[in-house]
Amino acid sequence: MTAHIPCTSNISPFMTETLYWIAASLILLTTIGLLLSHDWRWSLGILAIQYLGSFWLVHSNWSISMAAVKLVAGWMVCAILGSAIFSSHEHPTSETSWPQGGLFRFLVGSLIALITFPLAQNAATWLNLNPALAWGSLLLMGMGLLQLGITSRPLRVIIGLLTFLSGFEIIYSAVESSSLIAALLAVVNLCLALAGAYLLNVNVGEISK
Amino acid sequence: MSTPIIWVFLPFCLAAFLCLLRSERLSGGIASGMAFILVMAAWLLPIDTPINVGSLSFKITSSMIILGRHLVLTSADTPLLAFIYAAACFWLAASATVHSARRLSTFGLGITALLVSSLAVEPFLYAALLIEMAVLLAVPMLSLPGKTPGRGLLRFLIFQTVAMPFILFSGWLLAGIEANPGNSMLELQAAILLGLGFTLLLAIVPFSTWIPVLSEESHPYTAGFILWIFPTLAFLFGLGFLDRYTWLRTAPELTKLLTTTGSLMLFTGGVLAAFQRHLGRQLGTTVIAESGFSLLALSLGGATGLNLFFLLFVPRLVSLAIWAFSLSVLAGGTSSLRFIDVKGVARTHPFAAIGVVLASLSLAGLPLLACFPVRQALWEGLARQTPGIALVMLISNLGLVTGGVRSLAVLTMAPGGVKWEIRESLPQMIFLALGSFILIILGLFPQWAMAILVRLPYVFEHLGR
Repeated sequence: MTAHIPCTSNISPFMTETLYWIAASLILLTTIGLLLSHDWRWSLGILAIQYLGSFWLVHSNWSISMAAVKLVAGWMVCAILGSAIFSSHEHPTSETSWPQGGLFRFLVGSLIALITFPLAQNAATWLNLNPALAWGSLLLMGMGLLQLGITSRPLRVIIGLLTFLSGFEIIYSAVESSSLIAALLAVVNLCLALAGAYLLNVNVGEISK
Repeated sequence: MSTPIIWVFLPFCLAAFLCLLRSERLSGGIASGMAFILVMAAWLLPIDTPINVGSLSFKITSSMIILGRHLVLTSADTPLLAFIYAAACFWLAASATVHSARRLSTFGLGITALLVSSLAVEPFLYAALLIEMAVLLAVPMLSLPGKTPGRGLLRFLIFQTVAMPFILFSGWLLAGIEANPGNSMLELQAAILLGLGFTLLLAIVPFSTWIPVLSEESHPYTAGFILWIFPTLAFLFGLGFLDRYTWLRTAPELTKLLTTTGSLMLFTGGVLAAFQRHLGRQLGTTVIAESGFSLLALSLGGATGLNLFFLLFVPRLVSLAIWAFSLSVLAGGTSSLRFIDVKGVARTHPFAAIGVVLASLSLAGLPLLACFPVRQALWEGLARQTPGIALVMLISNLGLVTGGVRSLAVLTMAPGGVKWEIRESLPQMIFLALGSFILIILGLFPQWAMAILVRLPYVFEHLGR
């Protein structure tokens, strides 16, 4: 049982392949950037760029209109989280319980990138996927889980979950092309952002009785 | 008109409308009234049969199409619908008296509707997405305004969200198995992914750490509702997989897996319950043990196992609801539910204290209380099949009883000179007295609960026969 082989554009296969690897590299940079950034503005900006990379990889399996749903939903997620933080009285601070050293985070992130690379080759063979697509997907899932494991701040948790789901959506787009799934996954992403927005503002309490 | 409109969209829309209401009593009353109407509708409305009202004739169809996929609720599902909405009605009716009606009627009813839709959607693996939406709806319900979101809530969100991709992906593999039957490698891959997904979804040890923490941090009544509805519906979702795939149902490793995980949950929950120093955490650890009981009931296999699994539903629902309600009453009168803060509160909140002790002892399987008859039957079945597991159940029950007795000791340990008084409100006293009475009645006449549950196993076409 295999997924269908991606073939979506008129450009040459070499060029397409190169574009996939560029998207996967963009994902690598953004996931490490998310791990290292302490400022919420940077984090959300990087997350928005990450959605661009995952959009391109999803586009390899889905039509551009369906893949665009993911991009638009992703950017809406960033906007929701950004406006929620902006309107809250207390802006999220950095972690206190977790080792904050940038070098440590960078090394752990690099380790995930190294581990997922050979795994991606196996996944690509198993599911008949493009290796760049498989790597981008597993990288996002791995980095998302890493973020979830090292934080207890609501914003970081939400970003970790969104990253993990982005990775899953890439690999799942290769096996399922239902418009209902695309819609439901977009709704899940948006609801996750809304839940995050609520958690970021819950300290403020009810505005009026 | 179709069944998904009645049992999914109508309650969901009402839940959205209830957000606008400020009155606790009104929103609680409307929500519980709606749940009651839906129970009656499940009981009385004929599905896919023409109904004649005077000159008007109409039919309630069992299916509805959304974006090319179906939501199907047939007449075979009505016992399940009746049970789910009856349980929701039970929770919602008392919510106004513990100041959680606005949250529970809005989000609780919405969560119930979403989880019902997860049982109705076809292909049914889409249910994972609907369950995830229900999880996200639970976040504002569990997070108290003015308080920083706790670790329990975040862990709940993380584990339930991470479960969804595993189940969705295993669904794709299962579709592949249907196309290529006998492919053992594919079966193994699907089983591993499905197992991982359900381990997270059902909060199987070690992914159960969020349960005691959540029940400590959140409002006891809303936490109790979440700890009842999510495991119950996740189990039903899991049964759907077993019912649908013969290779999964007949796999020889399944019984071993259910027995091992069930006994692990039972042991962990029971032992932890004996050592808790917080009444909310104690409820959480008991919920862990309850999942263990359900897994062990299913491990017995066949119609016996399934019947026992469903028979656990009503006593558990009543016990958990009364326990959570009593804790909410106590939480309203004390600074926290830690043992040190609730010492001797039986003198000021006697009804709530009785509720806590009776419910905890009922879930510990004490004779003459609601859970005892089913537990005894389960114990018998396990002793016949695997005596070692029956011993684990004994240890777990001892742990749960120890927890209940410790609660009793702490609640009645008042310093000398403290007078007896009743600080509960009249509605709270009525609900607590009624609940305690039901706990005892169900212990004495277990066949009354059976009348409600007798048709539930037949919802599952292959497992129930």
